[in-house]
Amino acid sequence: MSSITAKKGFGAILWEYLTTVDHKKIAHLYLFGGLFFFALGGLEALMIRIQLLSPDMEFLNEATFNEMFTMHGTTMIFLAAMPLLFAIMNAVVPLQIGARDVAFPFLNALGFWLFLFGGIFLNLSWILGGAPDAGWTAYVTLALDSPGHGIDFYTLGLQISGFGTLISGINFLVTIINMRAPGMTFMRMPLLTWTTFIASTLILFAFPPLTVGIFFLMFDRLFGANFFNIAMGGNSIIWEHLFWIFGHPEVYILVLPAFGIFSEIIPTFSRKRLFGYSSMVFATVLIGFLGFMVWAHHMFTTGLGNVANAIFAVATMAIAVPTGIKIFNWLLTMWGGSIKVTVPMLYALGFIPSFVMGGVTGVMQGMAPLDYQLHDTYFIVAHFHYVIIGGVVFAIIAALHFYWPKMFGTMLSEKMGYVTFVFLFIGFHLTFFIQHFLGLWGMPRRVASYLPGQGFELGNMISSIGAFMMGIAVTLLVINIIITFVKNKKVDNDPWGDGRTMEWAIASPPPYYNFKQTPLVRGLDTYWIEKMEGKKELTPAEPLGDIHMPNNSIIPFIISLGLFIAAFGAMYNPANIVKDGQPWAIPVLIIGLAITFGSMLIRSLKDDLGYHIHKEELEEEGGKA
Amino acid sequence: MELSFEKFLLVIHTKEGIDGLMKKWRLFSVLTLMALVLSGCGEPYLSTLRPAGEVAKKQFDMLILSSIVMLFVITVVAIIYITVLIRFRRKKGDENKIPKQVEGSHKLEVIWTVIPVLLVLLLSVPTVWYTFDFGNLSGMERVNENGEKENLVINVRANQYWWEFEYPDLGIVTSQDLVVPTGEKVYFNLFASDVKHAFWIPAIGGKMDTNTDNINKFYLEFDPEKSNEAGNIFYGKCAELCGPSHAYMDFKVKAISKEEFNEWVSAMQNYEEPELNDVALRGQQLFQELNCINCHATTPANSTPADARLAPNLSDFGNRTTIAGILPMTKEDLKKWIKEPGKVKPGNKMYAEGSFSEEELDALAEYLMSLKVGE
Repeated sequence: MSSITAKKGFGAILWEYLTTVDHKKIAHLYLFGGLFFFALGGLEALMIRIQLLSPDMEFLNEATFNEMFTMHGTTMIFLAAMPLLFAIMNAVVPLQIGARDVAFPFLNALGFWLFLFGGIFLNLSWILGGAPDAGWTAYVTLALDSPGHGIDFYTLGLQISGFGTLISGINFLVTIINMRAPGMTFMRMPLLTWTTFIASTLILFAFPPLTVGIFFLMFDRLFGANFFNIAMGGNSIIWEHLFWIFGHPEVYILVLPAFGIFSEIIPTFSRKRLFGYSSMVFATVLIGFLGFMVWAHHMFTTGLGNVANAIFAVATMAIAVPTGIKIFNWLLTMWGGSIKVTVPMLYALGFIPSFVMGGVTGVMQGMAPLDYQLHDTYFIVAHFHYVIIGGVVFAIIAALHFYWPKMFGTMLSEKMGYVTFVFLFIGFHLTFFIQHFLGLWGMPRRVASYLPGQGFELGNMISSIGAFMMGIAVTLLVINIIITFVKNKKVDNDPWGDGRTMEWAIASPPPYYNFKQTPLVRGLDTYWIEKMEGKKELTPAEPLGDIHMPNNSIIPFIISLGLFIAAFGAMYNPANIVKDGQPWAIPVLIIGLAITFGSMLIRSLKDDLGYHIHKEELEEEGGKA
Repeated sequence: MELSFEKFLLVIHTKEGIDGLMKKWRLFSVLTLMALVLSGCGEPYLSTLRPAGEVAKKQFDMLILSSIVMLFVITVVAIIYITVLIRFRRKKGDENKIPKQVEGSHKLEVIWTVIPVLLVLLLSVPTVWYTFDFGNLSGMERVNENGEKENLVINVRANQYWWEFEYPDLGIVTSQDLVVPTGEKVYFNLFASDVKHAFWIPAIGGKMDTNTDNINKFYLEFDPEKSNEAGNIFYGKCAELCGPSHAYMDFKVKAISKEEFNEWVSAMQNYEEPELNDVALRGQQLFQELNCINCHATTPANSTPADARLAPNLSDFGNRTTIAGILPMTKEDLKKWIKEPGKVKPGNKMYAEGSFSEEELDALAEYLMSLKVGE
């Protein structure tokens, strides 16, 4: 295998991507997988807003509406936001720490394919008898009451993609602990690496409770277990706990990397080092820690009692402190800087006020007795969209613009980027600001319709108009991406001119082995230090030598495919509560699992030692890399 | 005011005319402004921003307090943010300037850690206080010298997609319309018989879930004056997703004075069969023949256990504010509901569509409308 890039046929490219274990290519896969589901989730959102445009609309019937918002939430969280963040992490984090790849390239690929097959399985529900309809939280009394197989698509699909997430999380943890270049101490790590590290820790601790909860629900529905069946001594509240012990940290799993992205963008375009680096790290760790202490604030009205509510209320409000530290550090990073408003910076500037709005309403909801009014209303819907769009989505789009050259060697159009931002920013606030008031006026969330005469008409109309503006923005983003691919105008290693961290020292896109020589890290903002000393490249930490590379493999794809097949067998097994068991179900389940475990066995028994790129080959490429 | 162009010209040519116009304009703008502010607060029978009870009032006060604190935070951020944007944009000629690389500032960092901590502590005080205040159920079991409960306790049972209200100490079962006295604490036992729901009367106080696992308890208070202003009817809602008709699982609250409430109670307790005309009698016959009676009780004193009460109690149906919680109280709507409940509330447990002749529908509707207590 050589890095000389002759024109390859479509088949060869497809095979390359199906078998790749290169973090940069896996980043591409996550990116386009995530963008696909993001568009799907966006379409679902538009359907929701059309149905709520005016009272008594009959665009969607009630059952379909429930499916629509359930799938919107599930898709956006599990299949759009997380993979898109994984795309950024995969593309950037190994470069930021001066590594050749992640610690386990094979597992990295496995993580992606599990996510993709889980996501496809979940969405097949639309054409196989109905999507899940109990909300993305799937509270079990309703989930067990749900007709059809929708909830089973939810449990099995999330179980498969959840394995993928857990594997990827562990992979990043090991990578960041073990693969840092010489000199890259923990306190010299860029913030995106730090937040990836903490988010991965959260994944490690948060996903097992979800897995357990979903496992219970799956067995209740498919094999007649009674974990949540009250008549049989089960307990339905335990699901709420399991779900939110996962669900609340999940919010931080999403938003911490977003913080990391902005912590890269803001110093870059302010041309100034991050203000209060150590307190930023401290705040990240603290948010991650407190994130596990507050899950019951989603359950203030469940009836946990005064003591539990009071404790969780105060713990929740405490999170405002480290978050506030971050906001002020970003502001002070810009203070005294030389701010250039590029598209990524524009998103960062849009993020600060939007996220502050989402943060303050979060504190208000943290006040338990006040939350009795706000809980399960449109106020909540407004709050978490302010956090997730204003925080996470803004960060993802900012990162797309910022790191596009590093991922593809080209630049997204800045001009179109500005227009997209204007539509997105205005549309976003138009959609969600008024929803705070809809909630306060008494509109519960997750309603398929509302009767006239309750004062909800105007607010909903405004909100729906805003949603369409956001739809335009996303369409523009997609057009921008396509145009950029068509133009294919290459840029050099540091296209923004002010790159500070190591990824900007390497070609755009980097060669498949990343750093020819592992770099020596002499401080925070490694590349900036070198540039300030007039150098163009990083100081190498080792002489030029052979590079050991992993082989590509189709096994991750096949392992995931096996689980995908097995899921159908599990769903239609004769014991399921929908009572539509099929004779072929058990054989399919066995075949699917055999494929998965068989491929694992092959992977374990067959030695795959990888290959070496020889020193001479690297020298030949010379100045190119 | 009738406006024509000539009249307008006439008016603005005299000083008095202008003054008058200005006065009217001022009045008009004040009215518009008030209307705007009020509409910004939502409907008096529904909005949390127009609290009509002690609990909602305290929650509203917390909302205002936290909003002020948060506005303070937002203002501070906004000032720094705007200053930064004005002062520190890269200017022409500074393209190659490298700003000073500041590491941080302990002083500033301490300030923006300590101040938020203080703000959080400030908000914690009412939070903890009211958590225990709203959770204080000591009045629930309190009895007077005669061994009678001092306070009214109501059992709320949530079902897909209707509400049952049982007054255990008064021996009354009713549904969909919750009748409560104003000016005193009313205690609630909340539970659900099928899936999880949540009981919420926004203008009166926060919600609480009706679980299938356990009974949740809380209290609300209905303010007499505010109740009058809202027309003595408040809207109640199910706040937890419970299936396709979650959006339609509304109920109404009749908040009336203690005297009126006592009258209602004695009427319900001394229930007498209403007098029925011929059509209604035919309806009653159908009601029994078609087995409606198997699930729907028509007397307020209901001794069957809760599990066996499969459908709303209809004893005071004729006096209800709505049909099925959402339709207006007219005979036409009632016929629509009896004929196609699946279209009004998809997924409801009665039936999706019934086959009735027009005559049967009329009779049933007439009978149900005649079910009035105390007339």
